[in-house]
Amino acid sequence: MIGTAAMLAMLLLGLALLGTLVRVVRGPTLADRILGLDTMMLVLVGVIAVYAVQVRISAYIDIALALTLLSFMSTIAFARYLLSRRPS
Amino acid sequence: MSGALDIVASVLMVLGALLTALAALGLLRLPDVYTRMHAASKAGALGAGLLLLGAGVASSDLAILVRTLLGIAFLLATTPVGAHLLARAALRQGTAPGESTSIIEYDRHQ
Repeated sequence: MIGTAAMLAMLLLGLALLGTLVRVVRGPTLADRILGLDTMMLVLVGVIAVYAVQVRISAYIDIALALTLLSFMSTIAFARYLLSRRPS
Repeated sequence: MSGALDIVASVLMVLGALLTALAALGLLRLPDVYTRMHAASKAGALGAGLLLLGAGVASSDLAILVRTLLGIAFLLATTPVGAHLLARAALRQGTAPGESTSIIEYDRHQ
């Protein structure tokens, strides 16, 4: 039951990861790429959470939480970088 | 008891994955970076939060559940801030909105 649900969730998350990857590659602006990377981090948090359920090791949940913190920091850093660039 | 927890966790995980996939779909289909931010920051944060909650419920351990709840609180607090920062940076840097955007209030408050 829970194995099937985790499998289905993994499938959907894989599709989401592909979608964000397409947005990061295609752009068209730098802000789009940053937004794609930010969303990719959120999807990865979900992937790690589902993986923790699949292998039944709850220590993976801590990794997902650490990735949450990291994604906020990276978004801030990218936004600062975007601000420091010359207006296009 | 454990069976009921498993069902709740399964529903939470599938719902969260659906919301995350919807966020990615919005990221692909919406016209410009400002509208894409709506899909990414709202549906994305809620989807990741539901997946974390599902993992916490599936572990059937109170300590881990509390940890995931803290993580969800942090996620819901920081994702809007990050999206707001990014939108402000993009607007200041000169990223043009899509053609369907006609009113930009930001200019009036300079």
